[in-house]
Amino acid sequence: MRVESADVYNSAQIQIRMIVNGQSMEATIEPRELLLDFLRDRLGLTGAKRSCDVQVCGTCTVLMDGRPVSACCTLVYEAQNRELLTIEGLADGDELHPLQQSFVEQSALQCGFCTPGMILTANSLLEEIPNPTRQQIQHYLKGNLCRCTGYWSVLEAVELAARRLQAEGQSEGSA
Amino acid sequence: MLRPFEIHEPGTVEEASVLLARFGIDAAIYAGGTELLLIMKEGLAHFPHLVNIKTIPGLDEIALSAEGDELQIGPLATHWDLERSPTVRKHAPLLAEVESQVANTRVRAVGTIGGNLCFAEPHSDLATLLLAWGATLELSSSEAQRVLPAADFTLGLFETARQPNEILTRIRLPLLSENTAGAYRKFSTHERPMATVAALLEVKDGIIEDVRLAVGSVGPLPIRASEAEALLRGQSIEGATFASAAELAASASDPMDDLHGSADYKRQLVRVLTAQALMEASGRAAGETNEG
Repeated sequence: MRVESADVYNSAQIQIRMIVNGQSMEATIEPRELLLDFLRDRLGLTGAKRSCDVQVCGTCTVLMDGRPVSACCTLVYEAQNRELLTIEGLADGDELHPLQQSFVEQSALQCGFCTPGMILTANSLLEEIPNPTRQQIQHYLKGNLCRCTGYWSVLEAVELAARRLQAEGQSEGSA
Repeated sequence: MLRPFEIHEPGTVEEASVLLARFGIDAAIYAGGTELLLIMKEGLAHFPHLVNIKTIPGLDEIALSAEGDELQIGPLATHWDLERSPTVRKHAPLLAEVESQVANTRVRAVGTIGGNLCFAEPHSDLATLLLAWGATLELSSSEAQRVLPAADFTLGLFETARQPNEILTRIRLPLLSENTAGAYRKFSTHERPMATVAALLEVKDGIIEDVRLAVGSVGPLPIRASEAEALLRGQSIEGATFASAAELAASASDPMDDLHGSADYKRQLVRVLTAQALMEASGRAAGETNEG
């Protein structure tokens, strides 16, 4: 079969710079590459999961300059000169982030598939609103679906983490 | 994986328009990508050339006009920006309220108001709201500029009056008068709403001077429920026949059977949501009158 040359588009490679979990890096990418594939297949960061693939479920959530985005529907091209945070970058060495610790203590997960997205979205919320109402937590997390634990313990875990982060902030402030 | 494409980074609206004209049906405007990348991933469309208008400075600005009578919104303002913008919250709180309920946090973080309108997905919250609001849209190409009322912009399913070389460059929202109050209602079982209703009521001395009622998401494009509007105009706010108006809006709505629900069910939703939106708007109008 003869293929008309005009039908074949070879996308050029692009060089981009970004910061992933605090580390700056350069990468050669194609415009068509999705952020989720880049993180999982090229960087080995498999915390972000592919599930619905249409920006509904939230399992692929990562933070780009602090805002939650669906990595499944984001071009890695968009990460140019941006700062990315995945669940792998949240803990401080062996010490879990207060959100992670609260999720563990409140049993806010069973299978854990939605957890990275839940925690990163909640992290974005607490950066913006350190002391959110339950309604604000629900509003932020509305697009993160859980199909086993339910949402009650998740809400309680976020509230617990908010209290702890605020207490930390206050003790640091007074120290 | 997506089929290969090239991304172009114009620095001006004119450059973007020239690129769009040059590549014709092989090009698409790329902004937030929340709708475009979905259809490209599904293989429903392929565009070998994406024209990234985010490289054009200034298209994300949100400001009051010099005369202070309208809100001017750049097409690249995201739902996230509009939900939080102090200017929007102060001068057009109903827009901020609707924006805060669009899709989910992640879609709002990158999805743009311009992309939402230009994609003309039939379940657009904003298309319904802006139709009732009487917004106008500015379109620019390398050759000309024109201004269209929102009512003349959306033409059908995924279809707008935008020409291939045109770029939506500004959304103009007249500020509501002090006597006008609005409300927005929607109902969803899926991610996108099944029915959307926007109601604006202008009330003076207890009389409904003007009503603007838009119904969306149930058919290919939002419509004005003009018979319902005509019924309410001139009625006293206390004796207003909202139930009858809702009935007229439901009859006018012409819903489609689809995965969201049957036409009958959607008609019933329009009836309920219209009554709720009118009640809420009238409550707000009364509250404002009392304060005044």
